[in-house]
Amino acid sequence: MAGRAVGHSGWGQRLAILIPYLWLLAFFLAPFLIVLKISISTNAIALPPYVPVWDSVGAALDHLSTPNLGNYSFLFDDPLYLNSYLNSLKIAAISTLIALLIGYPMAYGIARSSRNWRGALLTLVILPFWTSFLIRVYAWVGILKTEGILNAFLLWTGVISEPLQIHFTPTAVYIGIVYSYLPFMILPLYSTLEKLDESLLEAAADLGARPLTTFWRVTLPLSMPGIAAGCFLVFIPAVGEFVIPELLGGSSTQMIGRTLWNEFFQNRDWPLASSVAVLLLLVLVVPIVIFQRYARREGTG
Amino acid sequence: MRRGPGLFLKIAMVLGFAFLYAPILILMLYSFNASKLVTVWGGFSTRWYVELWSNTALLDAAWISVTVAATASTLATVLGVMAGYSLARVPRFLGRTLFSGMVLAPLVMPEVITGLSLLLAFISVSLDRGFLTIVFAHATFSMCYVAIVIQARLSGFDSSVEEAAEDLGARPATVFRRITLPLIMPGVISGWLLSFTLSLDDLVIASFTSGPGSTTLPMKIFSSVRLGVTPEINAIATILIGLVAFGTIFWSLALKRAEANRLKAAQ
Repeated sequence: MAGRAVGHSGWGQRLAILIPYLWLLAFFLAPFLIVLKISISTNAIALPPYVPVWDSVGAALDHLSTPNLGNYSFLFDDPLYLNSYLNSLKIAAISTLIALLIGYPMAYGIARSSRNWRGALLTLVILPFWTSFLIRVYAWVGILKTEGILNAFLLWTGVISEPLQIHFTPTAVYIGIVYSYLPFMILPLYSTLEKLDESLLEAAADLGARPLTTFWRVTLPLSMPGIAAGCFLVFIPAVGEFVIPELLGGSSTQMIGRTLWNEFFQNRDWPLASSVAVLLLLVLVVPIVIFQRYARREGTG
Repeated sequence: MRRGPGLFLKIAMVLGFAFLYAPILILMLYSFNASKLVTVWGGFSTRWYVELWSNTALLDAAWISVTVAATASTLATVLGVMAGYSLARVPRFLGRTLFSGMVLAPLVMPEVITGLSLLLAFISVSLDRGFLTIVFAHATFSMCYVAIVIQARLSGFDSSVEEAAEDLGARPATVFRRITLPLIMPGVISGWLLSFTLSLDDLVIASFTSGPGSTTLPMKIFSSVRLGVTPEINAIATILIGLVAFGTIFWSLALKRAEANRLKAAQ
């Protein structure tokens, strides 16, 4: 029988499916449905601070029939929320572009290196993945702050006479995001550039194209899948980022992840925090679906 | 013949790697600074490491983090191996699309959402927040990484060997233990290590799901970083980076050697 499953009738196999399935239903899907539910409930002064919607099936159904979308309309009324959404998208998009501009030549350089070098350079790209994200962001605080290392160095060389205010500005957030997510950009770019057919470049050169023309007309179009994958891998986590704007950005750099955190931990408005979460996910669904379509097409094509 | 990188690409690589590594190296260097001021180099000293040793709050947090990470990554590995095996070896079962969606989704889910949703779920079933809830949360997102590593490894081997063993009368459990498990072992270990580092590193999800008395190391570091740069944090960061770098290099060398032995045996 072709293509049959191994141990098809085994109890072990059924358990191997069932256990992680139930786990994910309980710890991933159900919690998300609860967020959805709470986002349309009203904030009552009680602990837990939301009107419990799980009292009885009847009450739950009652709630469903009259959803309270007040939290959502509040999100649109208060410019704070709209601004932090737009700001998150803007900061994530610009950081992604900068990461692409820095990552592309690095990935191309690694792909062009000799076989011995490539392994070592790739390890250097991957190694930061394994070191603590929090610590890598924290490392920039000591460098960027007003009395930090960068200012001390620039003052010492005489390039500037007054310390620069970089820490607690959007610039610091850009630096932090590009720094943290650069490996995500380099790896997919490398894997497409590495597979690039060298003979196409030779053919272009033989036909009289200058190196820059060859790059624009041949290399760049052929590396589009890597560019797309890299950009999504940087953009998606950057939109919901909390640690980087919190530690490097000032109070003016509001991003949506930070707004959600504050709404939850400082204002203790759980329904509102839940609505922020649901809308954040809706904002991300579009790029995620495009990315998955793209990945599938690349996988099958 | 592959052309080497030109001058422009070489410069880009040097600058890029300097950008990636300079902050970490500066941080490690300043953990040995005798002065408390970040910008003033007061000579070489290990005083912050000594002081770290008497900072019981930080040490307690480190111990909690390590026990959470060890428990969560073991749980995640068991769940992830089952999930990865199912996805790679069982072509059809009820709700397979939902299942593979749930395995992939946590990887792109913003941490603030994962943390918030788990916290609200734990509260709705009146589960006291603490050690156990952090373990559940970490195991959930880590198992997805493990599942993907295992699935990738299994789809690299076709199932003919497993089928042959079964045709020869081996029971499914025996096939798994004697054939499948040895094949995926490097993936299992990599998955465990990845889960361990992810758990050790996590700040956002742990902040949502932890309770009183279960402050993890990243939470502790985060709260003191908010107050400013302290040499003690530089010291603990240096220790963490050192441990992880050592572990990664050791494991990749071991993998390389095992792969070389396998190739030699196959010849």
